[in-house]
Amino acid sequence: MDAIILQFLNGLDKGSAYALIALGLTLIFGTLGVVNFAHGALFMIGAFCSVTVQRILTLSTETLSETQKDFLGNPLKIKTPYVESWFGPEVGAAIIDWSVPLAILLAIPVMLIVGFVMERGLIKHFYKRPHADQILVTFGLAIVLQEVIKYFYGANPIPTPAPAAFVGSFDFGPLLGLDTSLAYPYWRLVYFAFSAVIIGAVFAFLQFTTFGMVVRAGMADRETVGLLGIDIDRRFTIMFGIAAAVAGLAGVMYAPINSPNYHMGMDFLVLSFVVVVVGGMGSLPGAVLAGFMLGILESLASMNEVKNILPGIDQIIIYVVAIVILLTRPRGLMGRKGVMEE
Amino acid sequence: MFGLKKHDSRLFIVVAVLALAAPFLLNPFPDGSAMAQFNAGYPDLMQRFVIFGIFAIGFNLLFGLTGYLSFGHAAFLGLGSYGAVWMFKLLSMNIIPAIVLSVIVAGVFALIIGYISLRRSGIYFSILTLAFAQMMFAIAYSDLIGRFVGTPITNGETGLQLALDDPRVLGISATPDGSIPLTNLFGLEMRSVFNLEVGGWLFTFSFGYYVCAVVMLLSFYVAIRIFRSPFGLMLRAVKSNQQRMNYTGLNTRPYTLAVFVISGMYAGLAGGLMASMDPLAGAERMQWTASGEVVLMTILGGAGTLIGPVLGAGFIKYFENIFAKINDNVLHSWFAFMPDGLEDLMVTIVHPFVGKGWHLTLGIMFMLVVIFLPGGLVEGGQRIGRLFRRRDDKATSVESDAAEQRKPAAE
Repeated sequence: MDAIILQFLNGLDKGSAYALIALGLTLIFGTLGVVNFAHGALFMIGAFCSVTVQRILTLSTETLSETQKDFLGNPLKIKTPYVESWFGPEVGAAIIDWSVPLAILLAIPVMLIVGFVMERGLIKHFYKRPHADQILVTFGLAIVLQEVIKYFYGANPIPTPAPAAFVGSFDFGPLLGLDTSLAYPYWRLVYFAFSAVIIGAVFAFLQFTTFGMVVRAGMADRETVGLLGIDIDRRFTIMFGIAAAVAGLAGVMYAPINSPNYHMGMDFLVLSFVVVVVGGMGSLPGAVLAGFMLGILESLASMNEVKNILPGIDQIIIYVVAIVILLTRPRGLMGRKGVMEE
Repeated sequence: MFGLKKHDSRLFIVVAVLALAAPFLLNPFPDGSAMAQFNAGYPDLMQRFVIFGIFAIGFNLLFGLTGYLSFGHAAFLGLGSYGAVWMFKLLSMNIIPAIVLSVIVAGVFALIIGYISLRRSGIYFSILTLAFAQMMFAIAYSDLIGRFVGTPITNGETGLQLALDDPRVLGISATPDGSIPLTNLFGLEMRSVFNLEVGGWLFTFSFGYYVCAVVMLLSFYVAIRIFRSPFGLMLRAVKSNQQRMNYTGLNTRPYTLAVFVISGMYAGLAGGLMASMDPLAGAERMQWTASGEVVLMTILGGAGTLIGPVLGAGFIKYFENIFAKINDNVLHSWFAFMPDGLEDLMVTIVHPFVGKGWHLTLGIMFMLVVIFLPGGLVEGGQRIGRLFRRRDDKATSVESDAAEQRKPAAE
């Protein structure tokens, strides 16, 4: 029982990453009708925002120590990060420690700009072209972005630790009235809460603001909204930026869970496409639901009890579920009628 | 010739000559010269050209003719490799049964996967094939079937390799000197090479390459026949408007399924050949990035054209090998004629795009092709050709333009 709960919790944070990426993907698809294969790359760029902030904050001056000597007898070089010399050692160390959450501040403008540039510079020209072309050009873009990151940051994963306050695990055991302990890392809880907030914010933005209302109207019938004298293209561009930011934020906070490397985007991309299709192309609640569902299923399938009966099921369960759902419910779990139907 | 129309047989003969003379043509620089590193005339690379050529021809039959974009084609290539290696392990080192089995295995799986995936079209089809391929990759990578059966089937991460104690019923388990026998075609070993030295040039003729080249020419011929057949015409109709085809009361599914299976068999053939040249099979051949590569090849060369995929495969495989070799020293020697500062600047600019950064160049090139040249290199060639032709008959074209302008007025 406790193993099931633990796997369920494990599934939640993987599911939240899937849900966030899939949410952005389906947002882009629902508004612009573009299949964005570069969305995984946006997730990866977000994760590298964390790395960048960490690197910027740890930029250091080197001073020669007066007391300590290295083994050759030369004065030891001591690195002092600039932030520590500016704000004093304690505050400075705290700032460096919190570099991942601070990276959110950098990631939001960066991702919005990346999104705008991508939409205006490239994707805009592909609205009238077939879906296959859109897939191909964004696939090419994903390769380019990935290689650019690889050029600047190298091919190895770069560890980006979470703040010290979140290191360690929370014990769910006593909370649920179980005797056994159910240790669960704090940062994963933070990640889940964070993604819940983002998902909530996106839905609230679409549901309760005038801007969101116009966007929803545009998703339903783009032409009519345009005829009413509303510049729907500009709003859709902004939505592309927001979708990019959502993927980026998912990446920023995911950095402590998995050290960012240049191909993490591609790894997530395939799965998040499966998530979108299972949830139903163009359906936002579907994407979130399918994201969590598949994440949790994947976790549950990796339990030893399940693996003993069906070895390796954890690696193929998502695809099996996707194939079954696509064949039984062709529009996905919550797909709308008339979206992507030839 | 062989039932081909005139310009098709001309194309086929050109390809045949190019493929058979490749050891000469791809070795234009004398051995030991500074440019020798751009030679591609060594057997390993030439084999890869033609094998990936076959793979891309097969992919193009599906994507180029019907417009169904499969993102999981590498799975069939991997299956073909596994099938061939199993044949080497169990039957004999002759490549014929191995290749036959690899084609059959790939065909059977293509039939199953195609039957399910082709119920949907567009992006859903792409995702379904992607999901199937990733699933098969996962199964092969952790050898799930093997764990059920009890003996390794795909041998997981390590990949399937030959061993000295394999039965090889029709052949020998080990050669008298205690090593694993080599792949052969009725006794002629794939590895055997014939070196020809002419002046400063060293030409290597590998038997394995010629086997691959002949198979490639055969499959190219079959592809031409499919392109020109009523069946091919039907597939093109599916691409241009499947809905209308359905409305006229025609069931398009058998046609698309047939071409999916054919295309899968081509991939299996390529996989079988790959294993015949180097008898091992690994799961990484099935990964979706490998499927992406064949998509890149086909699009870069020109989807829907006959020669495009072969060109694209050769292009990518050539630059993958040659670009990767260019390092900073080579760059410095290239720009040596410039003043020092400028030389360093040029090297710094070019550096990210060559060597390990070759994928960046590939990605940019691919994007440019998709954006500006949807017909790929073939369309690029045609446009350049048209440019020259127009210059020649400018005078006549001016007249005909004027005639065309007059026409509506007269009506």
